[in-house]
Amino acid sequence: MIALIIRDLRISVRAGGGFGLSLAFFFIIVIFFPFAIGPDLDLLSKVAPGTLWVGALLACLLSLERIFALDFEDGTLDLLVTSSLPLESVVISKALVHWLTTGLPLVLITPFLGILLGLQNSNIIFLIISLIFGTPALSIIGTFGAALTAGMKRGGLLLSILVLPLYIPTLIFGAEAARRGIQGFETQNSILLLLGVSLLSWAILPFAAASVLRINLR
Amino acid sequence: MAISIESLSVSRGGVNLLQGVDIELKNGQAGILRGPNGVGKTTLLRALAGLQPVETGTIKCSLDDICYSGHADGVKPTLTVQENLEFWANIFGSPSISEVAEKFMITDLLNSKVGNLSAGQKRRVGLARLGLTGRQIWLLDEPTVSLDETSVKILGNIIKDHLLEDGCALIATHIDLGLENKAQIIDLSKYKATSGKLSNSNEAFL
Repeated sequence: MIALIIRDLRISVRAGGGFGLSLAFFFIIVIFFPFAIGPDLDLLSKVAPGTLWVGALLACLLSLERIFALDFEDGTLDLLVTSSLPLESVVISKALVHWLTTGLPLVLITPFLGILLGLQNSNIIFLIISLIFGTPALSIIGTFGAALTAGMKRGGLLLSILVLPLYIPTLIFGAEAARRGIQGFETQNSILLLLGVSLLSWAILPFAAASVLRINLR
Repeated sequence: MAISIESLSVSRGGVNLLQGVDIELKNGQAGILRGPNGVGKTTLLRALAGLQPVETGTIKCSLDDICYSGHADGVKPTLTVQENLEFWANIFGSPSISEVAEKFMITDLLNSKVGNLSAGQKRRVGLARLGLTGRQIWLLDEPTVSLDETSVKILGNIIKDHLLEDGCALIATHIDLGLENKAQIIDLSKYKATSGKLSNSNEAFL
């Protein structure tokens, strides 16, 4: 399992590996937003949590198709299934690598982008916390979607349609937690619900994704 | 008995391909699957590897002993040969790749990226995985594709060595690997299914 994680991390940072694509996309969305809305700092800081969350979600979506497609095409997935590694841990490794190469960089870049959107330093912490708890859910749900469309050529459209509704609870609780924090309300409930979504997804979806992959490989 | 298959039927895409297949292979024995394109060689091998369900019949062999090698090599173009082999060695828990690399004549290539290799060299890297698994039953699907004559001979010798070590191999190929008396030729066209479509197939919904 560790070998798989290391290999996938290596592939993702090599040429054409897709690392940085989501990050650049996220960056572009958040940079364009102030230009489009105008220099009204008050308004900007109001829409900032929503913008950052939608940006993170779309950036995440962009890289989902790669999770299984490449391994499916070159036969690696067949070989992994016949190895002694359980398919569930293959799914977990894939989701973890996706989070490490997409979710984590997004969280790390958020403080800088928060400044662009006119957020106070003390408020950025709420965004970071909500993204740290929320992005793992985005990764594992996305991995499940990628498993569903693994056998399809150009399954990207279907993947987006399948995954978007599943992303909605994470988006609602995540953006809500950040917004409430910034406006000075207590955030405990939203953050606990967000964490709940993440933990539940990580507990259930690896099994679902593994059984879907088995069917797709037939 | 390493592999024992009794009255096996397999299908692909809702169409019956083979029925009543009986194959028995002892340790140290190889089976060569013959038959025209589309007869079901790949499907049979995939069913044996547990990658696809069987319709009827029984397969007696331990899934943990099986090493499957399909049309695709499962090597990553952006990694070096060494990194690719190390990955599979770690997955299967075998320590040394240098010995295997020597056997398959890819020692010189260890530091090149797989993306820069020729098709035949890439194939050899893919096949080197066989030596890393340490598993007894090799299921090889057209292993000689894009290999030159020398490489085919080397592959033949590697399979022979494997058989001498009490291993066992089931190979779908049209090319003579020089296994002679150790190989049992199995012509799959005599097992061709008579009825076409499956009656209770829900494959379209999967």
